[in-house]
Amino acid sequence: MSTLEIKDLHVSIVTEQGVKPILKGVSLTIKTGETHAIMGPNGSGKSTLASTIAGHPRYTVDSGSITLDGEDVLAMTVDQRARAGLFLAMQYPVEIPGVTMTNFLRTAKTAIDGEAPKLRTWTKDVKAAMSQLRIEPEFAERNVNEGFSGGEKKRHEILQLELLKPKFAVLDETDSGLDVDALKVVSEGVNRAIETGGLGTILITHYTRILRYIKPDFVHVFVDGNIAEQGGPELADRLEEEGYDRYLAQAPATA
Amino acid sequence: MTELTEEKVMDAPDGQVWSQGFIKGMTEEGEQLSEINPASGPLGGSAANAHSHGDSHGGGVGIPDSSRAGRLTSYKLADFPLITGREEDWRFTPLKRLRGLDRVGVKGQGLDGDAPAVEVTKPDAVTVETVGRDDARIGTAGIPEDRVAAAAWENFKEATVVTLPAEYQGTVEDVTTLTLTGAGVTPAAAHIFVHAKKFASGVVVLDHRGTAVLSENVEILVEDGANLTVVSIQDWNDDTVHASAQHIKVGRDAKVKHVVINLGGSLLRTTPSARYAGTGSEVEMYGLYFADAGQHLEQRLFVDHSTNNCKSRVTYKGALQGEGAHAVWIGDVLIRKEAEGTDTYEMNRNLILTQGARADSVPNLEIETGLIEGAGHASATGRFDDEQLFYLQARGIPEDVARRLVVRGFLNEVIQHIKVPALEERMRDAVERELAATA
Repeated sequence: MSTLEIKDLHVSIVTEQGVKPILKGVSLTIKTGETHAIMGPNGSGKSTLASTIAGHPRYTVDSGSITLDGEDVLAMTVDQRARAGLFLAMQYPVEIPGVTMTNFLRTAKTAIDGEAPKLRTWTKDVKAAMSQLRIEPEFAERNVNEGFSGGEKKRHEILQLELLKPKFAVLDETDSGLDVDALKVVSEGVNRAIETGGLGTILITHYTRILRYIKPDFVHVFVDGNIAEQGGPELADRLEEEGYDRYLAQAPATA
Repeated sequence: MTELTEEKVMDAPDGQVWSQGFIKGMTEEGEQLSEINPASGPLGGSAANAHSHGDSHGGGVGIPDSSRAGRLTSYKLADFPLITGREEDWRFTPLKRLRGLDRVGVKGQGLDGDAPAVEVTKPDAVTVETVGRDDARIGTAGIPEDRVAAAAWENFKEATVVTLPAEYQGTVEDVTTLTLTGAGVTPAAAHIFVHAKKFASGVVVLDHRGTAVLSENVEILVEDGANLTVVSIQDWNDDTVHASAQHIKVGRDAKVKHVVINLGGSLLRTTPSARYAGTGSEVEMYGLYFADAGQHLEQRLFVDHSTNNCKSRVTYKGALQGEGAHAVWIGDVLIRKEAEGTDTYEMNRNLILTQGARADSVPNLEIETGLIEGAGHASATGRFDDEQLFYLQARGIPEDVARRLVVRGFLNEVIQHIKVPALEERMRDAVERELAATA
């Protein structure tokens, strides 16, 4: 079992107006096999947490720590973090012209495993995973995310999740912009990774809808860079009924 | 990739003379005058300005540079005025770095160094000869279009002639290769003539290496029904200056594939031009360049559609990295009034890998008849950006591997069109080497 531990994390970004603090002391502990939903209004710092865990250069960690089984994640480069077992399913996956999905997936798998996957089983695995996610085989020869619809991009994020088999995955609003069918397909993929791979999941979402398909063990409500409330799945139900207004009334400054 | 510029495909307006000086969304760099050369020439900025801002539609009177049709051609150096650096044709070239190639005949500047040594590998049926200046074939496929090429024409001592005999059927395996090894930094002239006789097919590779300050004319004569591929590789040492005017003349129902690969050298200026001598012919031009810190790689091509029902396709792609890396691509396509049924498309893509590199890309399409199949151009300069790098790294791929993955993918579109297995492999290796050099 592995543990991802975030302690008193303060993160800021540089904007044209100057340095802007986003996360103001977030602490969170996730173990493999657990699913944590992080919910909250726009601008509360949910995506910042996701990007900071992955190591996006735009975000500056001012204080606090992130460790994976005691190892200092913040000291690692972006690719080292991925190889250590962290995965970020991006909110807006970028297009990479000139690089086919097949080439990209194999390169990533080789990097993560430290050796090239066995060609025969790998091809089979990719095909099977694509078919489960209802991805047409021809996508294998298309360039990474190039010309993909929003839903196709998200399904490819989950495809990578299933093939790269990380210890922890941060799903950054993977449900945004998906229709119900696509949402189900994507959720099934995440559930497979949780069940077969013992994935620890941080599920960042604005809506409660995805929580009908991926059951969280814990729900954390982000407001203005802090965790305002934590609880079990019942907290999500309450949010569904009441929305975030209750929290915003307490902290109206930077919604 | 961030697309800084846009594509645009145009339909020719009926009978209208149209000089396309710029395209919508063209990058600033592409539109600005180069600040490389001083603003003191007699032609001043007027010609270049009119051209680059596209406000001289079909202009020509009194502005020699504005239409490609009006450009001076001559075998005589004396016919060309001195280059000032403000001409449309020279505005991007750092003249100071030409090491005298632009000033031949001025203040005793000579062009009498030894031409590159020629080493030949070829199939038996193909002949390679060394001939004197008076050989009747010389001048049958080309004529200089700038002062540097004219200087080379006047000064070369011997020419190398490659002949694919009539109906010779070469394959991509039995390639004719001229390895041209530079003889040093004394300015030199060279002349090469590649001749595919009627219905011949085959591949000729010009492989430039070593160190040279060289002005070169390459004539490529493709007779009726022939199918010729010429690959010109410039993989010189870092201190090399090389101007290469490559003149293609393509006969009736003939096909030519011309590939320019610019990798090594301080300043490379490659100017391929294609002219049609018959109908139903096809010209494909590919280019691949990789500019490193301090390198100036300039590609200026011209396709002159003067006969009907001919086709041309131009695809140039380049990667740039490092401080002062500069790539220039100018694509002039002229569809003359008599060239009805022309089908042309030209495309240039640049991938900027680091800060400090600059790409200028200017497609110029002049259409003098509306009765064409199609005419289009595209130019885009993209940056390998931090988001792409982040995405790949977030999948465990180290930065250097990520960079290589993207560049390899980007350039592969051109490499896979070379269709000569040995060369494709070499080009892939060369790209790896370029990437490793500054990674």
